[in-house]
Amino acid sequence: MAILTPRIAPRVDLRNPGIPFDPGRIRDLRVNRSAVERRAATLPTRRTVKREWQAAWLIRAVQCLDLTTLAGDDTPGTVRRLAAKARQPVRPEVLRGYGLDPGQVRVAALCVYHAMVPSAVDALRGSGIPVAAVSTGFPAGQTPFRLKVEEIRESVAAGAAEIDIVISRAHVLTGDWMALYDEVRAFREACGPASLKAILACGDLGTLRHVAAASWVCMMAGADFIKTSTGKEAVNATLPFGLVMARAIREYAEATGYRVGLKPAGGIRTAKQALDWMLLVKEELGAEWLRPERFRIGASTLLTDIERQLWHTLTGHYAAAHHQPMP
Amino acid sequence: MGVTEILETMEYGPAPEAAGPALAWLDAHGRRFRLFINGRWVEPAHGVFFDTLNPGTGKPLAQIAEAAPQDVDAAVAAAAAAFETWRRTPGHVRARYLYAIARQVQKHSRLLAVLESLDNGKPIRETRDIDIPLVARHFYHHAGWAQLAEQAFPGYGPVGVVGQIIPWNFPLLMLAWKIAPALAAGNTVVLKPAEFTSVTAMAFCELLQEIGLPPGVVNIVTGDGKVGEMIVRHPGVAKIAFTGSTEVGRIIRRATAGTGKRLSLELGGKSPFIVFDDADLDSVVEGVVDAIWFNQGQVCCAGSRLLVQESIADRLIAKVRARMEALRVGDPLDKAIDIGAIIAPVQLQKIRRLCEVGIQEGATMWQPSWACPQDGFFFPPTLFTDVAPSSVIAQEEIFGPVLVSMTFRTPAEAVALANNTRYGLAASVWSEDINLALDVARQVKAGTVWVNCTNLFDGASGFGGYRESGFGREGGREGMIEYLKPVVEPVLAEAASGQPEAGAARAFSAPDYAGLQRASAADERLSIDRSPKLYIGGRQVRPDQGYARLVYDPDGRLLGEVGEGNRKDIRNAVEAAHAAAAWAQATAHARAQVLYYIAENLETRSAEFARRIATMTGRSLDDAGQEVLAAIGRLFTHAAWADKYDGLVHSVNVAHRDLTIAIHEPVGVIGIACPDEYPLLGFVSLVAPAVAMGNTVVVIPSEAHPLAATDLYQVLDTSDLPGGVVNIVTGSRDDLAKVLAQHDDVDALWYFGSAEGSQMVEFESATNMKRTWVSYGRRLDWTGPWLDGEEVLRHAVQVKNIWVPYGA
Repeated sequence: MAILTPRIAPRVDLRNPGIPFDPGRIRDLRVNRSAVERRAATLPTRRTVKREWQAAWLIRAVQCLDLTTLAGDDTPGTVRRLAAKARQPVRPEVLRGYGLDPGQVRVAALCVYHAMVPSAVDALRGSGIPVAAVSTGFPAGQTPFRLKVEEIRESVAAGAAEIDIVISRAHVLTGDWMALYDEVRAFREACGPASLKAILACGDLGTLRHVAAASWVCMMAGADFIKTSTGKEAVNATLPFGLVMARAIREYAEATGYRVGLKPAGGIRTAKQALDWMLLVKEELGAEWLRPERFRIGASTLLTDIERQLWHTLTGHYAAAHHQPMP
Repeated sequence: MGVTEILETMEYGPAPEAAGPALAWLDAHGRRFRLFINGRWVEPAHGVFFDTLNPGTGKPLAQIAEAAPQDVDAAVAAAAAAFETWRRTPGHVRARYLYAIARQVQKHSRLLAVLESLDNGKPIRETRDIDIPLVARHFYHHAGWAQLAEQAFPGYGPVGVVGQIIPWNFPLLMLAWKIAPALAAGNTVVLKPAEFTSVTAMAFCELLQEIGLPPGVVNIVTGDGKVGEMIVRHPGVAKIAFTGSTEVGRIIRRATAGTGKRLSLELGGKSPFIVFDDADLDSVVEGVVDAIWFNQGQVCCAGSRLLVQESIADRLIAKVRARMEALRVGDPLDKAIDIGAIIAPVQLQKIRRLCEVGIQEGATMWQPSWACPQDGFFFPPTLFTDVAPSSVIAQEEIFGPVLVSMTFRTPAEAVALANNTRYGLAASVWSEDINLALDVARQVKAGTVWVNCTNLFDGASGFGGYRESGFGREGGREGMIEYLKPVVEPVLAEAASGQPEAGAARAFSAPDYAGLQRASAADERLSIDRSPKLYIGGRQVRPDQGYARLVYDPDGRLLGEVGEGNRKDIRNAVEAAHAAAAWAQATAHARAQVLYYIAENLETRSAEFARRIATMTGRSLDDAGQEVLAAIGRLFTHAAWADKYDGLVHSVNVAHRDLTIAIHEPVGVIGIACPDEYPLLGFVSLVAPAVAMGNTVVVIPSEAHPLAATDLYQVLDTSDLPGGVVNIVTGSRDDLAKVLAQHDDVDALWYFGSAEGSQMVEFESATNMKRTWVSYGRRLDWTGPWLDGEEVLRHAVQVKNIWVPYGA
């Protein structure tokens, strides 16, 4: 065997600045759907965590949670309530039961529409919890490019530290990878210091190969995270999508040294689902990805189920939803 | 460990499956299991028991009875008695029993899964998610065959008492693969589990009692190889079905030679796992995990030879090593481990020894950085690179978690490497190019080819080998036929009317020159000498040694002479037959056209052939003319079948997007020793189906009446038959058949002669496990319709199942 290609050492603390567009990467991508589905189906059967390990993993899920509200009827009041939950996502007595300082456990971010950014920033002041804004004509992305860039700038100006952009699906579906690259590159510039999460809207992309290609283009264009879905597509965060994206992230890290994050979002409602995603991330990317810098779960109702599971693991009693403080 | 610490590392913790209920079940049986004969538990005659170990701890799990000869006799007697009722039990009733077994397996699935893991050492994930669900599925599938057997296999019935011997790697699953089709077809069973792993078979017996299966239909005798030998040699057993090593399969083949026992063997493998540069490499890596680290690599069809296109080899090997680092070896009952324990110390030693050989041969061994548990029998996942095809570890079945890798440059080289093995059980082909994948799938010599997947199994798909991986199939239609035989055997009573006496069967052992001189002197009207030669590679050739064999009529008059073929002539004929392998690639339509053309040309010379047959055999001209007509009809029959005896698309229970295609492939080079009865019809009845299905043949014509066959080569010459497809070597049937039987590059041998010759053919064929079809000295009805259909055609093909899961 010849000498193996040396892996590029991870550049741990650096944001992904992106790399020049490399059409060869896109051309050479191969994704076998049935094999991906078999792996995705067996991942949760090959690994499991029990007892205190399960509790720890669920607490980490909370720490990686982008607590989200993206509804037409969001008001400053509901956002303030959610922000309060973000600060104290799990009942303090439960956390203390696990030997944890309640002040240490908070969610990763609060994710809202642009209009709610000021309320969210205000409500989270002093908590250290960043506000994430969905942007660029979320969820369909069918607004003028100029306005998309402007929307990012305004959200950042309003205090959003993270921007969840949607890509133009048309660029993927027409194979115009250069246009996609330029678009995301421009979004990244508009973000400035704010981190960029690129929503691929996998359910709109038609094939897993498109998912892989879109992952690569967004990473080459400088995305900090790639994210499965808006939550508004017909199919949202599935493990096969996540598997394809995780493998792209791994290969990108091997090629460049930059470790891009993964964010599944849409339809993750149970603690079991959250654990399955974490198993996928640990198996495919390694434990160093299981932290908020590189892994997020976008969800709105997941937290309640996690709290119930933590209660059960701690006490042996099955928990009632109404015992958990609602957001 | 505290939550705070776990949050630092995000490690996996222990996730043990509770063994309590399974251990309680063992305790309730006193951890001691007797024999299951005639529906009851009986003490072994000699009172001997042996320990079965838990490979995960190395400690004894239970005691198993060692059956004595009397016990095997009792089991066979019980099975024989039960057979008389069971064979007449309506298919629907048999279906109800099989259905009940399937349900019972499902109801007790977790108990069975935990017992299997305890007894075998395989991970609970595998027994829970793969072994036991496949067991239930197999019984469900075959409940359906029981229901349909009469309609699906008209004219066929059960074989009788079936002796079944199974291995330790999939104890309950192999039991299901054996018992389900046997019972569905109406047979009764004496089964011996592997001595290392009898426990789930004991639990299975309880399920049979619970559903009230009639006593004697299934009998389970435990013990070591000696018990297996008792079953194999037992005169009351009509068929042996064995899964295990090629070495033991060979012993069984030899032990049963000439007995008339039917045999299906599922043996070893060294299956290639072929990766092309356009494959989805990350999916390939998971395929490798499923191929060689499934069941600790103790899988007969394990993808143990990784063949990688050179351009991507470094990348793939790096990915595989990274993946190996993340594999988890440990307590088989832990729900989050990938690799459990090796079955026994003896197997562990074999794996270690072969790894040492690999290192000595200069290959590079790589293992993950972590250490295996010290208790129990564990071995880490292992990858060898820098392996040459000539290495021992590239040729020998290791039967452990050890992968050897080699590189290739082109598809042709991949196929050549893949087929550079004595085995042919399975193969896995990875490419996103459907043209490439299917091309390679067709060319690889293996009974199962998985395209972009591996180690998928289902009751609806036949599983079994090419070459020395054995013969027969398990699962699907092709598996059922193994447990069936024609209700009416085409055997003629001795000296039946209308049957020609082999009047010329005088001693032909030594050339009789004096006789030749006398005959020549007697014939004043000396015609131009027609001296038939051998027919090899489409040419008439003189026999290697220049001896002639005299042919007489029943009255002792010399009719002429044919070449006295010897071993070198057979060698040349086999080489010519291989050189004509392109015949298999001709379209079925094209092959049919040639057979029709042969029939046409035979017809124009039918009077001449009739006279020849009449003269040779002493039969009436009218009778001989009937034989010629029958031969022409049979050529038409098999020309017709050429493009109709085609395969199936199986409905497997794996994914909704899957094509599992059962293809009838030719066996290869078939040796055919023709009967003396019907010198022309016998020849044509055997050669036509073989050739129609794409085989090439080396034919030994009727020893007594060879001239019809030698006349026939002129017909073949004028019928567009490519040279080498049919080769004819005249001479001593048994001497020449022995050379064919001992030839390692002959794939099958059909022999229609004496009982002793049949025994010889089956015995000698064990060397390379060639498929045999012999007459055991019985006189068969060559005019019968049995020669017009599946009973013949199935000998001319082997079934290859190609699995093609797909998805946009």
